[in-house]
Amino acid sequence: MSSEIDIKYVADLARLDLSAEQAEKLQQELGRVVEYIAELGEVDVTGVEPTAHAAQLTNVWRQDEAKSSFPREVMLANAPGIVHGDLIKVPRVLPSEEE
Amino acid sequence: MDLKKSTIHALSRNLKDGVFSSEELCREYLKNIDNRDSEIGAFLEIDRENMLNAAKAADIRRQNGQALGDFDGIPIAVKDNICVRGERCSCASKLLEPVKSPYDATAVELLKKQGFIPFGRLNMDEFAMGSSCENSAFKQTKNPLDTSRVPGGSSGGSAACIAADFAPAALGSDTGGSIRQPAAFCGVVGVKPTYGRVSRYGLVAFASSLDQIGPLCNDAEDAGIILDAISGFDPHDSTTLPDPAGGYADAARKGAASGSLTGLKFGLPKEYFSGGLSDAVAKVMDETIAKIKALGGEIVEVSLPHTKYAVAVYYIIATAEASANLARFDGIRYGSRQEANGLVDTYYKSRGAGFGDEVKRRILLGTYVLSSGYYDAYYLRAQRVRTLISRDFEEAFKQCDLLLTPVTPQVAFKFNEKSDSLQMYLSDIFTIALNLSGHCGISIPAGIDEATKMPVAAQLMAPALGEKVMLEAAAAFMK
Repeated sequence: MSSEIDIKYVADLARLDLSAEQAEKLQQELGRVVEYIAELGEVDVTGVEPTAHAAQLTNVWRQDEAKSSFPREVMLANAPGIVHGDLIKVPRVLPSEEE
Repeated sequence: MDLKKSTIHALSRNLKDGVFSSEELCREYLKNIDNRDSEIGAFLEIDRENMLNAAKAADIRRQNGQALGDFDGIPIAVKDNICVRGERCSCASKLLEPVKSPYDATAVELLKKQGFIPFGRLNMDEFAMGSSCENSAFKQTKNPLDTSRVPGGSSGGSAACIAADFAPAALGSDTGGSIRQPAAFCGVVGVKPTYGRVSRYGLVAFASSLDQIGPLCNDAEDAGIILDAISGFDPHDSTTLPDPAGGYADAARKGAASGSLTGLKFGLPKEYFSGGLSDAVAKVMDETIAKIKALGGEIVEVSLPHTKYAVAVYYIIATAEASANLARFDGIRYGSRQEANGLVDTYYKSRGAGFGDEVKRRILLGTYVLSSGYYDAYYLRAQRVRTLISRDFEEAFKQCDLLLTPVTPQVAFKFNEKSDSLQMYLSDIFTIALNLSGHCGISIPAGIDEATKMPVAAQLMAPALGEKVMLEAAAAFMK
């Protein structure tokens, strides 16, 4: 298996802005780590079920009861920007008509 | 008031007997912090007014015969990835720097119910990713026993806080050794509970199938006291176990009273002793084995054959989960936002500027192992090997009550000594398998390295929900 990471592609998937210098450094570092983790290829895992969770609990249910949650102003207190009193301000999502 | 290595149980007796008040106690700890934390750097922030107000309230309750319990008025410091209502919770990250917790983590709420005073924001590796506290975005934490050395990580602030007598106990979190390793480096006690024993509600998620909150403190009884308070089922965390919790402090008291390990079988996993140990750690482990035998314990050799794959499995699973968990930090609803032209650019810029190098490294690795074409080869395969690692432990626990291992291959290292990330990952070899299997473990001081005068710890691991036997043995050993 190739241990070459396409760092630009992966950074795009993760929505991570990297400088060219950072990207090159990370490419090398992660290349070494991937080489190391590739050693798992030698383990015989035929017929072994995967473990997603150590607790092994399944189907944990609760009563479907309506409960009040945090007050709006408490949750909005951490928002970087607010508009119209109680809405989170976000940057433009769709390009403007001039663009 | 001498607070050196003070325990919760001793302090609570003094509060009860009126030797000092909670306010006096808190002021004394604050005095220690004022004297030395500019040098150590355990805390990112302390809300003194809140702490002292809580102490005064505890004193009034006690005067009126309405104390919330034996521990009403005892301060306990909190790692910066655990929510305390009204306090900031940044995970030592620039991205979360401005965020204030709207609620208490369940562990914090349960401590408050007993009258404990959760206070301070303890430094850590950013998002709990690291083994030395060097990845904090804000400050360096030094090892109080030798300030040229790291305190360990990621709960380095928590361990340094106990070693420097800034608090009798602290909460940390352990995803791959982040409680046990700094406890070992700073010569204090640290427990990673069984997965699901303590609610993760209000703990900022790093790797959800591995994370557990646990105590750092000065002895096994205190670890038991805190576990008694914070363990149990929580409707806010569907992975908490329904099994009855409690009796941990009693188990430790029993161990301390008897001082005997008779009837207990300790398994030595041969893979943990086959080379790679520094002379200092190897010597203390030999002494530990001799002491256990002298106290009546039986030693047997066992095998955990898949140990050599644990680091690789961990760095696939933990980073995969982290890449998903940290996807929510986008600068939109909370946290630091970098203004950019359009929504998607705002994500890129906010995350690019907000996360430090190690966090970026792990997000990228996690994204890579989950990406199309690599999922089966890395993530799914790692989950299968995780099953084999868990089975190793189940088999070993058929032959013994507890496993005895080192916590780290060497004593606390110096700053910048491990500059290579892979080398840093490999130093977690003795702690991470336990997070993969979900069993519980404790790091206890076991000796001193003559050359460096730094502490060396031993690790006891127990089967799932085996906290009682683990604490009883730890208390007997430490007596």
